[in-house]
Amino acid sequence: MAKFEEGLRYSESHEYVRLDGDYAYVGISDYAQHALGNIVYVDMPEVDDEVTAGEEFGAVESVKAASDLIAPVSGTVVEVNEALEDQPELINQDAFATWIIKVQLADPSELDALMDAKAYEAHCAE
Amino acid sequence: MKQTCLHAEHLKLGAQMSPFAGFDMPIQYTNITDEHNAVRQACGVFDVSHMGEVRITGADAERFVQHIFTNDVAGAPIGKIFYGMMLYPDGGCVDDLLVYKMGEQDFFLVINAANIDKDVAWMQQQREGFDINFDHQSDAYGQLAIQGPEAESVVEQVLGIACADLKFYEAKELPAPAPAQGRGDLPGCEQVKTSIPPQGGVGLIISRTGYTGEDGFEIYAAPDVIVQAWQKLIASGRCKPCGLGCRDTLRFEVGLPLYGDELSPTITPVMAGLAMFCKLDKDFIGRDALARQKAEGPATKLVGIELEGKAIPRHGYTVLTPDGSTVGEVTTGYHAISVDKSVCMALVRSECAALGTPLLIQIRKKTFPGTVVRKRFYDKHYKK
Repeated sequence: MAKFEEGLRYSESHEYVRLDGDYAYVGISDYAQHALGNIVYVDMPEVDDEVTAGEEFGAVESVKAASDLIAPVSGTVVEVNEALEDQPELINQDAFATWIIKVQLADPSELDALMDAKAYEAHCAE
Repeated sequence: MKQTCLHAEHLKLGAQMSPFAGFDMPIQYTNITDEHNAVRQACGVFDVSHMGEVRITGADAERFVQHIFTNDVAGAPIGKIFYGMMLYPDGGCVDDLLVYKMGEQDFFLVINAANIDKDVAWMQQQREGFDINFDHQSDAYGQLAIQGPEAESVVEQVLGIACADLKFYEAKELPAPAPAQGRGDLPGCEQVKTSIPPQGGVGLIISRTGYTGEDGFEIYAAPDVIVQAWQKLIASGRCKPCGLGCRDTLRFEVGLPLYGDELSPTITPVMAGLAMFCKLDKDFIGRDALARQKAEGPATKLVGIELEGKAIPRHGYTVLTPDGSTVGEVTTGYHAISVDKSVCMALVRSECAALGTPLLIQIRKKTFPGTVVRKRFYDKHYKK
């Protein structure tokens, strides 16, 4: 069963945001990693790249298919999770502990458009 | 959507199901990587009942097969199997298929599920002037593929079907069970002492064939026989249920083509590097166009490309030269499980097809460098 961690914000396209002051750690939800199956590659942006809410910033790939990563918030990439270059399976092992990018938020009000855990769980059940 | 005779078995095992060629098929039971490795290292069983079957008999059966099929079946021994294609007059591919010679003037054709209607219509259009019986049997047969280095002992010990005598690309037919045995009985070796003619049902055909690059067998039989065989195989614990997901990763790694990706109405066998299965010294539909293309050299060719990084090339991605001009398209690509490399097959302009040619592949917003390599990324382990 997929886990839904409280205290995070979630997008309809299954990314989560973990807020840390002016920064957001962005990853994919446990529900999403279950649906994708074994993740074999994560295509990440580079530090200093700009990401825009609602737009693609990379991809997670299972054996079978590539799924776009959609930025839940806008801002500047200040860090990427380099561990994923060699161990993309970390996302399968613990999606919520394995962020993909760290973003300096351009507009914190964008967080209001995202769902809390309860709403996201309902969204996944649809 | 159509279902195979094993649909309920797949649901029982909790398979992830997905539409394929009009059938609701299992993509994976656990995960593609584990299923892939089971076939490379031990044994896996696939439901391939979606495949189509046609039986052609009659006085002109061989002449008809020779007319529509690129490979040469003339004078072959009974039980011999041939891989080849049916072509349009322009050399484009109607389908790739296996032809089993089951008797003098008796041929069993195995065609791709996605092409069944098209193939049957195509063959029917070509039959004028041939004295043949054309029996479309796709609904009469289910099909299992038992694949992997342990396949022979699994088939013999779990199913009780003698198969060690079969060489690569050989088949034999066991008659349909007599009514007294009841439908659904696997014709084991002891039961087949006399040649009971098929009555009502179809017999069981077993061949040393497959689509994985490993040793293995394919079994064609009536749906109830297939269900019983499947249940025995799963209950034995010696054979992992495998979905279409790993069927594709397995065939891809050993460079086997998939119709729709590496062969199509616009991709000829010469372009796909499969001319060895087209015998130009006999006549068949599409022969002249193919001979011309072979002599002139095709404008595009299928190649293998190995990427330097881990990014994964997928069907339809653009292939470019290092200076950025588009020269082709990826037909199938994966991070290949058995070799742990990102590789693909791609149809590229022939001047870029030489081994060692540096090329780029566009993956989303970036391009990734790669090199033309042999399109067999992993060596086959057939038992010949």
